[in-house]
Parts: sequence; structure tokens; C-alpha cells
Amino acid sequence: MKRVPMRDGYGKALLELCAQPDNKIMVLDADVAKSTRTVWIRDQYPEHFMDMGISEQDMVGTAAGLALGGMIPFCSTYAVFLAGRAWDQIRTTVCYNNLGVKLGGAHAGISVGPDGATHQALEDVALTRVLPHMTVIVPCDAEETRKATLAMAKRPGPCYVRFGREAVPVVTDENTEFEIGKAREVRDGSDVTVIANGAMVYEAVMAAEKLAGENISVRVLDMHTVKPLDTEAVVRAARETGAIVTAEEHQLAGGLGSAVAECLATLFPTPMEMVAVNDTFGQSGAPQELMDHYGLNAENIAAKIRQAMERKR
Amino acid sequence: MEIKELKAIARTVRCDIVKMINIAGSGHPGGSLSAADLLAGLYFGGIMKVDPKNPDWEDRDRFILSKGHVAPVIYSVLARKGFFPVEELWTLRRFGSILQGHPHKQSTPGLDCSSGSLGQGLSITNGIAIAMKKQNRDVRVYCMIGDGELDEGQIWEAVMTAAQHKLDNVCAIVDYNHVQLDGTTEEIKDMGDLVQKWHDFGWNVIELDGHDMAQIVKAYEMAAAFKGKPSVLIANTVKGKGVSFMENDCNWHGTAPSDQQLERALMEIGA
Ligand SMILES: Cc1ncc(C[n+]2csc(CCOP(=O)(O)OP(=O)(O)O)c2C)c(N)n1
Repeated sequence: MKRVPMRDGYGKALLELCAQPDNKIMVLDADVAKSTRTVWIRDQYPEHFMDMGISEQDMVGTAAGLALGGMIPFCSTYAVFLAGRAWDQIRTTVCYNNLGVKLGGAHAGISVGPDGATHQALEDVALTRVLPHMTVIVPCDAEETRKATLAMAKRPGPCYVRFGREAVPVVTDENTEFEIGKAREVRDGSDVTVIANGAMVYEAVMAAEKLAGENISVRVLDMHTVKPLDTEAVVRAARETGAIVTAEEHQLAGGLGSAVAECLATLFPTPMEMVAVNDTFGQSGAPQELMDHYGLNAENIAAKIRQAMERKR
Repeated sequence: MEIKELKAIARTVRCDIVKMINIAGSGHPGGSLSAADLLAGLYFGGIMKVDPKNPDWEDRDRFILSKGHVAPVIYSVLARKGFFPVEELWTLRRFGSILQGHPHKQSTPGLDCSSGSLGQGLSITNGIAIAMKKQNRDVRVYCMIGDGELDEGQIWEAVMTAAQHKLDNVCAIVDYNHVQLDGTTEEIKDMGDLVQKWHDFGWNVIELDGHDMAQIVKAYEMAAAFKGKPSVLIANTVKGKGVSFMENDCNWHGTAPSDQQLERALMEIGA
């Protein structure tokens, strides 16, 4: 299977946006343009690019001003330094004013690998999800990242998209549907539903394929939009399959699993298990080694599926 | 220690840096090499008061690596100083290593603080310095900052805090190598007259060649002798210093040398 880093999808979409005639796009970066792929904009559309230096808070504040001035700014840096370092600027300047500032959080998740805990954003979905007006998207591959980025440019208000550093399997193509706020059914099933996002969508499909051999029918939803959550798809899955497993490359507290739990607890209480990093910092290691160590893989999803099914009775 | 011996240690540290990063397959050689002389001088030139046998000694001097990505240089210095076995260096960035990709205080003996998110180190330094003064402890606190890192507003907030509280037990070191990640500091956020800036913010400023060991040791001594204001060493350095093909090139900010490149690098450094 073809593997491409999701950040390539982000860079490609920005190139497409900058190519449109009379566009109002401004791409800002905080001295990591090679990592986020905004260097492609710097090289091809320098008039649409600004390197703000290592000044994340200044970058977000400037983007807020650009939005107030009628432009469509995209801020790009590592997810830890964007959602983390500039959080107050995002909250009180961007979100409280409901400004159309678009945020691209790169190098998200444990799969950042050898750089270690300081660079492994495992909290960014929680940090952005709690903010009124904010849209939060966690695409599953490079192509979906491209579509999400293009959709963000059209959507009014603040938007956050997070993506990883490593090359991951490309599981969608140009023709795969993508709509912000609408879950994508990757695979139908009747015994249990895995609601996943990011690179965990592929792992969920692998788990489903494995369990199909044991006569367990697993539905897989790509919940690329954590906010606004597609509550209809979540409740339908709960009603039709009776058990839910969530899977994400993020802290358990506050992420996709929490969003799904909030939905089900109030609308349709259902047995549920969560695959996520459980209240610990990451560490240095090879990306796959870390994914396995923290249980962010098909094997652990399959184990949680069995547990969730046990609880159905 | 003689200047000649200090230079030899700096060469060993440079060799460690390129070797560690080669074995790890990732890491930041450019800014590690530019800081090698400054840190060798600090730890081996009779400046830092530390005890490798007792890393948590309460009256030790402290060092905060604000530009945490250059972890390899401090790891090498700490290993060569005897805080942990040199063999540990070759486990850098591996799963379970005591040497994390960015400094983690709880993992590595001799580290005074975790770092890796740029711009935060000088505030931490000030806090320790104030704590030492309040407890009448004769402790100096050193903090190494990158010149790109000076883009962060928090640094300048901390610069004013140190001046306000007359923290003369603080010694900041700016590794002024003129290169950050995406390009030169002049291209990205030109800082103008850096010496004048720190001076205007109320600091005792010492400008020096950050690769001249005699100047380095003397600058630390001058800073320690200066009372009533915090001191900063504005150290003119070369990113990638000692390895010709890495020098002054932002592409070597965070790239590991191949085996072939390592061989060339080790030859050029000459241990
Ligand atoms: C808050 C924050 N933003 C961005 C980064 C990513 N980053 C790591 S090193 C670096 C460039 C540092 O340049 P400089 O301070 O000049 O260091 P040196 O040249 O000495 O390596 C950047 C942008 C980071 N570690 N922390």
C-alpha cells in the first residue's frame, strides 16, 4: 500500500488554494516550514507566505489581524506549539471573536518518535475541542488531509486540522467523499463499531479484517471531524451494533473517545471501550515501536472490540 | 585545566555529537556543534560548581539548556564529566534510553531541567536564581539560548524580570550562530544590534568569540565577578562548527550524518 505523510496533503492543498485567482490566502509558519511543507508556498507563492520565526503566539495574533482585515490565514507549526503555546491567543482572540483563522497542527501524536515527549502532541484535540466556534479535524491520510485543508478555507470561523509526521497508508482517493462534520463509513458491520480517526482508521480496518475471520462483524467509522461531532452517525452505530470502541493517537482524556462518550452518555448509553494514550507522557523511540508500546495498533483495537462485545450482554 | 586540555575536551565532545546523531539516525548536529566550546569551557574550565558523584547536591551551580534540541552536546559533556557512563551516549533517542531526544530531567543524571519547547529557559533560570538568593545560597545559574530562540517573546519578558530583580547570579549565554531552522536569523526575524538590545534591557553584556577557549573562560569569570546586574555572554559562533560541510547551513540543523559523512566529520574534527 502507498504510504505518504499527511503533511504532504496539507502542503498540496495550500498550493491549490494559492493557485486560485484573486485568492486571499496567507500562509504563516513559525520556523518549521520544511517540516509542515509550507516551504512549498514559500518557494512558489512567496507573496502568500510569511515566516514569523519562532514566535507562535505572535503568529496566531497576526493571523487574527489578517482575518479581521479580510484575508484567510493559515497558521502552521508543530501541534504542541500551536494548540499548546498559543492556546490563549487561539481562545480569546481567535475564537471569542469567531475569526476565520485556520490552524494546521503538524507532527501530532506519539508517532513523532525519537524527538520524544516534548514534541509528541497528545493533547491538542482536547485543547481545541473545548473552544466555542472551533472546528476540529483529524484526517486519516494525506488525501483526506488535502480535502480537509481545502474545506477549511471555505468554512467560516476558526478551524484546526492535525496531522502526523510519518508516511502512513493512503486509504482514500480523490473520489472518496469528504464533508466536515460527516462521519465516513469505511466498512459496514453489525456486531460492534470502531470509531477512529487519524492513522488509527487504518489500524481499525486491519482489526476488523482480522476479526471477520472469527465471524465478528465490525463496522468502522472514520470520524475525521471531532467537532462538530456527527452525533447521528454515532447514535446510529450504537443502536445498530450495540457496542462502541474508539481509537485515536491522543490522550484518552478529552479526545475523540471523550467526545463520543459525551454523546452516548446523554443520547444513547452503550457499552464502550477506548484505545488511546492513558494519562502518560510519551518518550523517544521508533514510531512503530511507540505505537505498539502504547497499544495504538490493530491488535489492541481487536482486544478492545472483544471486551466491548463481552459487555453487550 | 589548561586551555589546551579544554580544547581537547571540546574536540571529544564534537566527535561524540556527530557519532551519537549518526547512530540515532536523527538529531540536531548544527546547534550542538556551535555550543560545544561554550559548554566544555563551562563544565571543565573550573566555572560550574558540580559534583558528578552527587548530581542533586543542593549548592551546585545550575545549567538550563533552553535550546533543548541540542541535547547531544550536554549529554556528551555530562558523560565526559562522569555523571553517567560514556557508553550511554550511543543509546541516544532509543526506546528506553536515559537520553531522550530532548532533555528530560527525570531520565538523565546531571540535568537540571527538562526542555525542548523553545523560549522558556530564561524564566526558569530566573526562578532558580531568586530561590537561591532567598535561601542565601551561593549558587550561579547558567542558561544557554539560541539566537533563533530569541524570536520568542517570553525570552524578553524574562530578560526584564532578571534586570528588575538584579539577578547577578544569572548568566545567560546566547549562541549567536546566525542560523535557525528555516534560514538565517537575518532573513527570518532580524534582531539588529543584539549587544545593544541586551544592554538597553539592563544587562551586563560580554561579547566574545564562542570558539576561543581562553575568551570563553575569561568571559565566565568576568560574569561571575560582576555584581548588581545579570550577565549575558553574546557568543559569536558558527553553526556546525568543526565540520566544514555542516557549517553555516540550516539544512544541517536537524539532519543526521550518514556513515560516510560521519567518517569525514570525525577526520575533520580530529580527536
Ligand atoms: C516553541 C518551539 N517552537 C519551535 C520549535 C522547533 N524548533 C526546534 S529548533 C528550532 C530552531 C532553533 O534555532 P536556534 O535557536 O537559532 O538554535 P540553534 O541554531 O542554536 O540550533 C526550531 C524552530 C521548538 N522546539 N519549540
